[in-house]
Amino acid sequence: MMSGFGRFTHAVVRTVPRSLAKEALRTGCLEVDLLKAQEEHDKYVSVLKHRLGLEVLELPADEALPDCVFVEDAAVVCGDTALITRPGAESRRKETEAMKAALTELGLSIVEMTDESATLDGGDVLFTGREFFVGLSKRTNQRGAEILADAFKDYAVSTIPVQDRLHLKSFCSMAGPGLIAIGSSEAAQKALKIMQQMSDHKYDKLTLPDDLAANCVYMNLPGKGHVLLHCTPEEFPESAKVFEKLKDHMLIPVSNQEKVKVDGALTCCSVLINRKKNI
Amino acid sequence: MTTEVSSDGEVKKDEEKTPEDQQQTHTPAEAAQEKSASVEAESGQEACVSSPPAAGGQKKEKTISRFLPPWLKRQKSQSQDKPSDQESVELKQEQTDGGGEQTEEKKREEEAEEKKREEEAEEKKREEEAEETSVGSADTQPVREEKEGESELKEEQAVIPHEASVLSALKLNKKMKMVVCHVTLLDGSLFSCELEKRAKGQYLFFQVCEHLNLLEKDYFGLSFKDNAEQKCWLDPSKEIKRQIRNSQWQFTFSVKFYPLDPSQLTEDITRYLLCLQLRQDISSGRLPCSFVTHALLGSYTLQAELGDHDPDEHRLDYISDFQFAPNQTKELEEKVVELHKSHRGMTPAQSDAQFLENAKKLSMYGVDLHHAKDSDGVDIMLGVCANGLLIYKDRLRINRFAWPKILKISYKRSNFYIKIRPGEAEQFESTVGFKLPNHRAAKRVWKVCVEHHTFFRLVSPEQSTKTKFLTLGSKFRYSGRTQAQTRQASSLIDRPAPYFQRTSSKRLSRSLDGAPVVSVCDYSQAAGAGENGPPLELNSDSKSPQVEVVQEPDADAATSISSETAFETDGAGAPERKSKLRVQGENIYVRHSNLMLEDLDKTQEDVLKHQASISELKRSFMEATPEPRPSQWDKRLTGSPATTLRMQTQGVPQETPPRPGMDSRDASKSAEVKPEVNGQPEVVEVVEETVVIEEIVKPRSPAPEASVPMETECAAEVKEERSLSSDSDSEEEAEYHAQPPCTSISTQQIKEEPEEEQEAEHTQQAPPSETESQPITETAEPTLSAEEEKPAELPEEEEHTDEPLATPDEAPNGHAHHAEAPPTEEEEEPHIVNGSASRVEAEHLPQVICCSEPPVVKTEMVTISDTFAAQKTEISTKEVPIVHTETKTITYEAAQLDGHGEGEPGVLMTAQTITSESLCTTTTTHITKTLKGGLSETRIEKRIVITGDSDIDHDQALAQAIKEAKEQHPDMSVTRVVVHKETELAEDED
Repeated sequence: MMSGFGRFTHAVVRTVPRSLAKEALRTGCLEVDLLKAQEEHDKYVSVLKHRLGLEVLELPADEALPDCVFVEDAAVVCGDTALITRPGAESRRKETEAMKAALTELGLSIVEMTDESATLDGGDVLFTGREFFVGLSKRTNQRGAEILADAFKDYAVSTIPVQDRLHLKSFCSMAGPGLIAIGSSEAAQKALKIMQQMSDHKYDKLTLPDDLAANCVYMNLPGKGHVLLHCTPEEFPESAKVFEKLKDHMLIPVSNQEKVKVDGALTCCSVLINRKKNI
Repeated sequence: MTTEVSSDGEVKKDEEKTPEDQQQTHTPAEAAQEKSASVEAESGQEACVSSPPAAGGQKKEKTISRFLPPWLKRQKSQSQDKPSDQESVELKQEQTDGGGEQTEEKKREEEAEEKKREEEAEEKKREEEAEETSVGSADTQPVREEKEGESELKEEQAVIPHEASVLSALKLNKKMKMVVCHVTLLDGSLFSCELEKRAKGQYLFFQVCEHLNLLEKDYFGLSFKDNAEQKCWLDPSKEIKRQIRNSQWQFTFSVKFYPLDPSQLTEDITRYLLCLQLRQDISSGRLPCSFVTHALLGSYTLQAELGDHDPDEHRLDYISDFQFAPNQTKELEEKVVELHKSHRGMTPAQSDAQFLENAKKLSMYGVDLHHAKDSDGVDIMLGVCANGLLIYKDRLRINRFAWPKILKISYKRSNFYIKIRPGEAEQFESTVGFKLPNHRAAKRVWKVCVEHHTFFRLVSPEQSTKTKFLTLGSKFRYSGRTQAQTRQASSLIDRPAPYFQRTSSKRLSRSLDGAPVVSVCDYSQAAGAGENGPPLELNSDSKSPQVEVVQEPDADAATSISSETAFETDGAGAPERKSKLRVQGENIYVRHSNLMLEDLDKTQEDVLKHQASISELKRSFMEATPEPRPSQWDKRLTGSPATTLRMQTQGVPQETPPRPGMDSRDASKSAEVKPEVNGQPEVVEVVEETVVIEEIVKPRSPAPEASVPMETECAAEVKEERSLSSDSDSEEEAEYHAQPPCTSISTQQIKEEPEEEQEAEHTQQAPPSETESQPITETAEPTLSAEEEKPAELPEEEEHTDEPLATPDEAPNGHAHHAEAPPTEEEEEPHIVNGSASRVEAEHLPQVICCSEPPVVKTEMVTISDTFAAQKTEISTKEVPIVHTETKTITYEAAQLDGHGEGEPGVLMTAQTITSESLCTTTTTHITKTLKGGLSETRIEKRIVITGDSDIDHDQALAQAIKEAKEQHPDMSVTRVVVHKETELAEDED
């Protein structure tokens, strides 16, 4: 199970809608420069496509869905199974439609979250390669986590309370096999402790001074080895230094200055998939 | 109980004798039988008199009065009314144990039936033998001898004497109660064998393992369904009959401990059996997995069972015989076939290994689930696994307690508690409580925890102890090998890989390894491959070897004897056929492999274990010694249980063997004092669910001069507690202290505490024994007690910091727990709580009756059930499950004849507590030796907690308790009897 961790062939992304600048949900109240945001996203997609050689499936933006660029929340993919979520924010529910179509096309077996009482954002789901941690946040509830557990029966699914942050992955992510990148805030550390307590497995941790910097994208690609998309030194100089200490990783700093204003992190902007056959 | 224990012992010894001894061996066995029968009869009589609970006082009084001292008798009649309204409970113990006379008839019938069956079997056998040539019949004899476990070199000449013994065995067997039991094996086949009715679980288990040709058996176990259809593990060390109670003699052989890494198993056959179990787990849905995993595992199953995919032979429907998933779809089957094709060339063993490699990663692999409720009454599941305890809500893991995090596991009534080691930042340990559907369920989960902890985390199991003193036996603990031990043993396995047939599918005849069909000799290969030696351990434990020899054409044959000609494609099943085949068998001499011998030793060890090694406990106590206060701990040794126990049992006190570092003066003193012990007052306290018997022995002659300051200093520290116990099945409450692996033997303590409802309720976390012993200390040195509080508390603190050492929790130092106990409540019923000498002295009346009915008690328990809650509230949520209880107390006291108790401060020399259990009772015995004005006094306080789901016959219980006390200590007298009844008013499922 672990050996294939981080191995991806495909990525699903979505274009930035113009409505993002004004209408996208945000916990802060910062102004987003739409052009910059689009530029940023293009670079991100370009890294996936050209630098890393993934098959990138780019969904067109839907102006009615200002948050639609954050595709991660709409689906959780593990192995050949894709769980189409029921996002916690009502305005985002329709984002799943395009995602479902795309994943179906990729030949994944689709599980839908039909239960009206369930909510789950993919941003609350941390898959470590051995098990799932699901943050119980404002966007994700117990029922949503249960359905996820049903969809991925091979794995333990542990729930982690998330407070003061939007998503579980707002302060953590996987930075390698068995390596959890974690922020330094109290909330982040507390969540990590719970994860460690709940798990039968031992994880190493990579502690980043900034919570937001702890969201990075790890891949293990043939010919490239460990690949890590992480924050730029401009955004988080201290955290970037920590990443730079990772010797075995191919490190790719990716700017995320604008999207972060609407709570978008690096993992939020893609759904990564491992399909052996090209479709 | 006592009789039974001892008779067991006799039988065991007998078994160790050679078969030639058989005739003699019968005699003691028989005698034992008769003895127990007479005991039964006796108790039956008693039961007759007293058993109709509603029959009213008179009869009851008669029964009890036989055992009551005269002063108590009077008392009893005066207080007749009180106890009789408490009389609704039947003594469960009687029912299951002595065989209440109601069942007597039934038994006789059964017996008759068995005899008949036996006779028939024997006849059949003789016929068969007659048909055989003399060689044929001769052949069977040595085989039997092998079964007897001893002489490998027996020749055919042995036939004749042996025949004789067979005949005599037959005769005797008629008196032996036999029962046929059926074991469902992992491949679905049924294994039947006949057992002596009082055989232990181990015997049957070994029979099955031998039948399966399984050496790495420690991962497996036998289970049965109790009356509530709940799966229970058969305890190998206990009699089967007592465990299954009224259920049928039907068992299931299954995996008990799922090895974390199946690739470390030594033999393929073990892996094969594990595969069979997992296939069952998967197809039944107990082990959930995804579609892909179902398909993958299914494809390995096909490869193992059918070999390479053969497009001609294997059309799509070839797999319809297999169940890969709870809901098997066509799609799944197609996927399975697709994957099956890709496994070409893989041997069955490789396929099994691949199967296991994938299955072991499943999150629910090896997780034993139990339904429970958390403190909020929310349905959750407790999952016991190799690493600890998992808490699930629906499918979600909401908490996890790894073994190292757990300090103590306990249950009480239908509640199950774990005490959690404090985290880095926390100061105090917290206790998490769960509500199980009933107390049996609570006990079950507790047991499973104890076993898993021991198996996976410890290097070796704790010594279980058993002594005949005060009818104490061993507490429940896991007595098998731990994973570490079994791995070590497995590494010594030195036999060619045994052949076995993969028969979970219906395709029995298929040859898998490309081996010729004939050589796919299955479990019964013992015959042909005699040299490879099937395990013979069972004999070491067999209670009635002669029985096996003669009476079970079926089972016996199947298990140990067969011949090459016996090979049939039908594998495990058909016992009858085998029985015939057996007769044709050729000479088979089975050698014990090293491993087997080791096993033999082990079972003997087990026996020894049961016969009590207190020294082990003592050692553990010593090893557990915290550095800071060595002197105290040394002094404690004065009161070490070994000494006192010996003294008690023999009635002749013995000297404490001097210990390194022990104050020599202490030693000599105790040595001198003890010989003077002499029976005197006794106190018996009976609690509805608690019977306390306190006995006090006062020496007549003055003790040699003792340095008093010295003594006083020791006073508090001397207290110590030991837990011994007996086999019982329905203790209400138990504790298990989890220890780190390294210290395993020495420090681990499993404890099943006496149920002391009322005290425990008041002081909640304070184990009852503490409350009890505290007064004893006061007796010894009333003036000191205040000062002593500190020293006494120390060990407690040590425990908090979690040196799982001698967990003073268990030590009867009530002081430490004062803090925890709401003081007011403590005061409420002091006389119950202690039955202490000081009390007695103060009152100093010939007879005292105290009745108290304290009000409803509220109990508080700290509970954290999931991390979410924990985080939300930062600290543990406080939760108050309210237990409404009603308590009643009646105290009987004898006059203190010698007026020893003028309140003169005594010096406590030793104190100890022993806990034991039997069927529905838990007995805690405190033995205190005090030195007062040159007189040494030994006081034994026995607290018997009787618990039952239904009504208890108190008088019966009381009578029994007093009788036992008198028998055990003829030179002591009962001074005080306190009956305390507590009924739970609130809803408790039980």
